[in-house]
Amino acid sequence: MRAHWWKVLAIILLAYTIVAGLLFEVPRLPILNETIRALYFHVTMWFGMILMLMVAVAYSVKYLRSGNLKDDDVALEFTNAAILFGVLGIVTGMLWAKFTWGDYWSGDPKQNAAAIGLLMYFAYLILRNSLTDVHQRARIGAVYNIFAFAAFIPLIFILPRLTDSLHPGNGGNPGFNAYDMDSKLRMVFYPAVIAWTLLGVWLSNLRIRAKRLERKLEDKIINQQ
Amino acid sequence: MWNEIIVLIKKEITLEWRQKYALNGILLYVVSAVFITYLSVGAKQGNLSIPTWNALYWIIILFSSVNAVAKSFVQEHQGRQLYYYMIASPESIILSKIIYNTLLTLVLALLGYTVFSIILGNPVQDQPMFILNLLLGAIGFSACLTMVSGIASKASNNATLMAILSFPIIIPILLMAIRISKNAIDGLDRGISLDKLFTLLAINAIIGATAYILFPYLWRS
Repeated sequence: MRAHWWKVLAIILLAYTIVAGLLFEVPRLPILNETIRALYFHVTMWFGMILMLMVAVAYSVKYLRSGNLKDDDVALEFTNAAILFGVLGIVTGMLWAKFTWGDYWSGDPKQNAAAIGLLMYFAYLILRNSLTDVHQRARIGAVYNIFAFAAFIPLIFILPRLTDSLHPGNGGNPGFNAYDMDSKLRMVFYPAVIAWTLLGVWLSNLRIRAKRLERKLEDKIINQQ
Repeated sequence: MWNEIIVLIKKEITLEWRQKYALNGILLYVVSAVFITYLSVGAKQGNLSIPTWNALYWIIILFSSVNAVAKSFVQEHQGRQLYYYMIASPESIILSKIIYNTLLTLVLALLGYTVFSIILGNPVQDQPMFILNLLLGAIGFSACLTMVSGIASKASNNATLMAILSFPIIIPILLMAIRISKNAIDGLDRGISLDKLFTLLAINAIIGATAYILFPYLWRS
């Protein structure tokens, strides 16, 4: 039980996020109105995605140094979970955009950058699957993962800032940045970030363990013969 | 190390010169691509606005450099690669390939520019800025594509992988280059493009440095 405290925490925080996120009082801003609640379900996806990608890159570096396949499993599964979050982020974002901007896709720089980022990581999965040797797959996957992350950072953090975005807080749109992210929003937003990230970690953790079991089983079968 | 790099670049150039068909092929590729564009957009009827000119130019350069660089690691067979592996450090190999591919991309870009100017017209008002931007774009393209071609050469379906791996990574460089080149075409004040040039330079530096650090791991396998 002691080792599982963070899973309990994840469940409690998720329950809190959903209940508080849907029921608590939120500030009334023009354009946004009630859709400001997307903050807890859409923006948090990106936070979770980027945090998990960082973990994946750290483990890719670790793999290149150690050559231990266990590190590669961690990198792969965290990337998988990050991709899931990314897809959910795009979908929730599109739904939200339909009601605030009027279109599912408005060619907003951040929207485009996020889509390109996802393309990068889909390519990562295809690259891995096109290599057959386990060690080669792990090594080249790790190299591309780090390389892609290095390109992902300017894509997400620098380019969208150079042009006006439709996103709240940019280009004179009302938003939840510095000046009007009030304490009521923060009270749900920060726990929500932690909750979704923990859920992602949990998800990848399960897949990593399944993968290790699978490998063990394979080794056993091979050794028997 | 620099001696090693210079020798390796000379080797690339000699090799390219010996198999002229590859070089000529890619040069012809650029010319045909420009011509196809010229006919498809119906430039004669004045359908081509300046932003379109700019975008088409960069897309042609992107596709031809992807094709030109894709062969970096596959044109020489395994035995010779092993030989290079033994006599040269991976750092000088990647640097020499990046520098060589920069030259190649630059040649392609200049050729494309010339052909574009002849048949589609040349709207560029600030020539030095446009050329400087071409140079920076060529460096970025070549750093990114050289590394990706190294990665893709390890897998079987090389051509598809080359495209899907490199396009998303190259987009930041491409977008910056397109923006600067638009400013140069409109002949805007250079101060406006300056911070964009620095951003492009910074992205190039990030990509180049990552390629430099990661290539030894790729080369070893």
